[in-house]
Amino acid sequence: MNFVYPLASNASHPPRLSLGYRSTIKRAPQKPLIPIRQTLSELTGPVYGHETVRENDNDLTIQHKGEPLGERIIVHGHVFDEDGRGVPNALVELWQANACGRYVHVVDQHPAPLDPNFTGAGRARTDASGYYRFVTVKPGAYPWGNHHNAWRPAHIHFSVFGHAFISRLVTQMYFPGDPLFPFDPIFNAVTDEKARARMISSFDLENTQPEWALCYRFNIVLRGRNATPMENKS
Amino acid sequence: MSQQRPDGITPSQTVGPYFKYGLTPNGEYAWNDAFTNNLITPDVSGERIRVEGIVYDGDGVPVPDCMLEIWQADAQGRFSDPQDARALPNSSFKGFGRVGTDAKGGYCFDTIKPGPVPDPDGTPQAPHILLAVYARGMLLHLYTRIYFDDEAANAADPVLALVPADRRATLIARKAASNPTYALDIHLQGDNETVFFDV
Repeated sequence: MNFVYPLASNASHPPRLSLGYRSTIKRAPQKPLIPIRQTLSELTGPVYGHETVRENDNDLTIQHKGEPLGERIIVHGHVFDEDGRGVPNALVELWQANACGRYVHVVDQHPAPLDPNFTGAGRARTDASGYYRFVTVKPGAYPWGNHHNAWRPAHIHFSVFGHAFISRLVTQMYFPGDPLFPFDPIFNAVTDEKARARMISSFDLENTQPEWALCYRFNIVLRGRNATPMENKS
Repeated sequence: MSQQRPDGITPSQTVGPYFKYGLTPNGEYAWNDAFTNNLITPDVSGERIRVEGIVYDGDGVPVPDCMLEIWQADAQGRFSDPQDARALPNSSFKGFGRVGTDAKGGYCFDTIKPGPVPDPDGTPQAPHILLAVYARGMLLHLYTRIYFDDEAANAADPVLALVPADRRATLIARKAASNPTYALDIHLQGDNETVFFDV
């Protein structure tokens, strides 16, 4: 039996053309996508060794000589499949702006300071239960040019690998209660309210470390059900 | 750990304009690359090839902030993934690569030419590489395939057969006359819009 990745799961995703997010207009395909069967090519995916993730790659606060400025936070959670099973050994990459809302990327020139002690990139691999954990600082909101007075809600970019090349996910994690949510065309490109809520982390008091760091939980659900091993017919 | 059945998957969001220092730093930032555009390992057998091209938007303007990922079988048509229940590759070839486009929208991958992979009925597919396209302005990445213009097997490929004949060329990389380089441009829109797959 093959892994099954129902196309219906993709209904949670935003449409590729979303007029409020102007950059989609010249970058979304205009011809219909062509449905094809999921073959071995689509149903397999890369496997990583320990060389991919180094010790401490998941702590963005110890990559430089000093500690970064800002509010230290823990971001943790599980990577699940659609049946709620943890996805073990999944590579989770993240990148983010610093506490002032400035990215280290050379193209970001908005007038907020860089932090010499913060790059903003991290990497982790989930354990046998699908669990991952990062230590970082809370990113700031920042302006962008999409429309007058446009500001992105604070967010952390996530890149996640699951069992298959077609369960690949790039998303953004938001923080609960952000006042910018109603005005952000990227967040609101996800039209279903319940689906949007799955991009918002929850404040986790139980795992907040006293005298040290607030904690947020962000569970990630990837495509994939009935994930029993494939039998090959050839 | 398991939880109750989730009520849906986590929605995709754009990779945005600032992924480079995290995903494709290539020596320009204080971070290391997990993956590069060179898939070749010293122990891998097969024909060394380069696949290169330019990514264009709907105005025909090169896209300088695009990320491309490829996934492919080895020269024997085997994937470096235990989920492929056939024999695993006998080399350290991983079959996965990643690159960010340069200032002119250009990309290249150095890899080996993949062997044929069966479809779910056991019918051989022509040699191909899977390609995923990510960029600012793309809320959800796109999937396409790279085929090779010197493969007679293309004529019987079950996926190419689903593509209207006048659009197939957007999937087929053209081999240069003098070296093992294949060229394939990606058009996100327009008359030559690349065929993208719904998978």
